[in-house]
Amino acid sequence: MSLMSIFDISGSAMSAQSIRLNATASNMANANSAAGSADAVYKARYPVFSAVQSALAGGGAVDPFALQAADSGKGVQVLGMMESEAPLQPRYEPEHPLADADGYVFYPNVNVVEEMTNMISSSRSFQANVDVMSAARTMMQRVLSLGQM
Amino acid sequence: MTINFSNALGVHEQALLLRDQRSTILASNIANTDTPGYKARDFDFASVLRGRMGMGAEEGLAGSGSTQRLALQTSNAGHISNTVSTFSDDDLLYRTPAQPSLDGNTVDEQLENAAFARNALEHQASFQFLNGKFTGLIKALRGE
Repeated sequence: MSLMSIFDISGSAMSAQSIRLNATASNMANANSAAGSADAVYKARYPVFSAVQSALAGGGAVDPFALQAADSGKGVQVLGMMESEAPLQPRYEPEHPLADADGYVFYPNVNVVEEMTNMISSSRSFQANVDVMSAARTMMQRVLSLGQM
Repeated sequence: MTINFSNALGVHEQALLLRDQRSTILASNIANTDTPGYKARDFDFASVLRGRMGMGAEEGLAGSGSTQRLALQTSNAGHISNTVSTFSDDDLLYRTPAQPSLDGNTVDEQLENAAFARNALEHQASFQFLNGKFTGLIKALRGE
């Protein structure tokens, strides 16, 4: 029943978007977390999305014969998190308790504007998937009433 | 006298199943809005439905010719027809992006959402036709 796989597909997308939102929250929260060295400072992190066959998106055991061409639905999986390579922000703050020998502290490479757009984008995508799921539920309930007078 | 379901239900049974499958494909398009390199897919409903109903080219010429499938002639019981009700990867087409994006993703969220909503509505229409057929059959059997 392919309407059932919509729940897997939209569910995997919602989970991926919530991981993205989680990363955004973490980036925003740590936007001003200073550190004494370039290695110790927080770096902006982002999830890497990839399409995956819907039979795999549910996370259960996979039957290779179930993966037919008809089951063309693709969910989303998060391959992993990556740390941003953008340059850090060293600031000259000799009074700062974490300042190094030269008087510099390092601030994360988080771009708050970029994070805001990421937040809006992920919440909109989440919303779209919720709509799809509730539409699929309505369609399914309707089909279940087939033949009733 | 026997009741032949495929005669009684007509096109609506296959149409409902196809609407069902199309909703899965459109749902994956919407799910992968933010996946880099994902290509949005869909199929030509009319031509696939014609294939499912076993209609040859001569019956279905009203549609667009580009995705028209020619039916194989079967003169022996052992011959395999190409109008069986399987849904192959060939039927799935790729969308042409109106506004190509840098990451290679071709999903247009508005377009997919509109297509999904429309498909849901058409699913309801097919369902009501099918339900009407069943209600009619039940009425005939009861003879009230």
